[in-house]
Amino acid sequence: MEVSEVSFRIIADLLEARTGQQLTRNRQWRIGTALAGVFREHGISNVDQLVCLLADPASGSLAQQVVEALLNNETYFYRDRSVFELLDRRILPALAEKRARSKRLSIWSAGCSTGQEALSLAMIFAGQPNKWDGWNIDIVGTDISEQAVKAAQQGVYTQFEIQRGLGVGQMISHFKETDRGWQASDKLKRMIRFKQKSILEPSTSIQRFDLVLCRNVLLYFGPRARMQAFDRLAEQMCDDGWLMLGAGETTVGRTDIFRPTAGNQGLFIRSSAADTMHIADPSTPFVRRRG
Amino acid sequence: MKSCLIVDDSRVIRRVSRHILESLDFAVEEAEDGQLGIDHCKAAMPDVVLLDWNMPVMTGIEFVAKLRTLPGGNVPKVIFCTTENDMAHIREAISAGADEYVMKPFDHETLQIKLQLVGMV
Ligand SMILES: C[S@@+](CC[C@H](N)C(=O)[O-])C[C@H]1O[C@@H](n2cnc3c(N)ncnc32)[C@H](O)[C@@H]1O
Repeated sequence: MEVSEVSFRIIADLLEARTGQQLTRNRQWRIGTALAGVFREHGISNVDQLVCLLADPASGSLAQQVVEALLNNETYFYRDRSVFELLDRRILPALAEKRARSKRLSIWSAGCSTGQEALSLAMIFAGQPNKWDGWNIDIVGTDISEQAVKAAQQGVYTQFEIQRGLGVGQMISHFKETDRGWQASDKLKRMIRFKQKSILEPSTSIQRFDLVLCRNVLLYFGPRARMQAFDRLAEQMCDDGWLMLGAGETTVGRTDIFRPTAGNQGLFIRSSAADTMHIADPSTPFVRRRG
Repeated sequence: MKSCLIVDDSRVIRRVSRHILESLDFAVEEAEDGQLGIDHCKAAMPDVVLLDWNMPVMTGIEFVAKLRTLPGGNVPKVIFCTTENDMAHIREAISAGADEYVMKPFDHETLQIKLQLVGMV
């Protein structure tokens, strides 16, 4: 679909203002497909018409609807297995040691989409009851998309979603089959709170996270928004906390506030913190096939 | 190169699965019913079996049970690949000796991850 330069800019500016994400011209072909549902609902057929509707002060929630439609919510269970192996074998054991006295862990899935990342973490804890007995595990999932957060809160997945990344053992131990789909167990859900919130919003809570996963979110952010996002993430982390980015994402050259850890791809620490991750690998196998 | 035997009475499913498996570098063999599958395993044990549930001659469940009694029959990883998609069937398959379970319809990525989970990719 041809989109005029003016209309393209208006939509791109709206998305960037609300989320920090940039819509580059080479992704403009996506706009028409992504907005098809919005067009249908409002009885229009192109972006120029949409821009006219947006200009109407009575358009209400239309802008949010447009933003929602343009977000890419792609996610699945245990996305990038090696990340979860690193978490399971090294990061969580290191945190267990560091927080042995308080027995509290706070983990943030920033840009959690429909919740699979947070649930994958929760399944690691649930799969090691002896190790985490008596611990207070608090996993917070946030996303700017209202629809994604609602779906995450429900914790019900389609057949396609449930078997995407999840082994059958974990599926049968942690999910229940219902008329609506595969429902996450209460045991997992009790560990997680999902909230609608932008990464760019300053925090109003005093909670500090030991571990933050912000994967496949900052990819399309403009340089300023990305730097701002790193500041927001850092503010809400413990001084010795870890930040996990997605495959191929880095803080290098993007912010001074974080630096990579030695030898651990995708894992970053506050620049002011000591790197405690190059300890020897204890190599406990990552058990993932059976619950 | 790892070998995979597809046991499925649907020619279409065998074709689709073969295509995915070959792209993942498997040497693929096909059997259109369970007995032919067993004969195949007796001659050459595959590394993985992709197995349908409802088939003429022998069900998928009967196939795994039989396979597991053959010499070396514990070695292949068995992945059920079926339209039976409720918890009761899944549990039955696992207790019969299957290692993983894919509900049809599936796609390349789903099957690839399941193969990773059983250590074959
Ligand atoms: C591609 S998904 C990644 C989900 C998950 N982290 C993963 O790696 O599988 C990116 C998510 O980031 C969310 N997102 C984009 N901009 C955001 C922002 N400013 N604040 C919070 N979430 C945002 C999107 O709504 C989307 O759900």
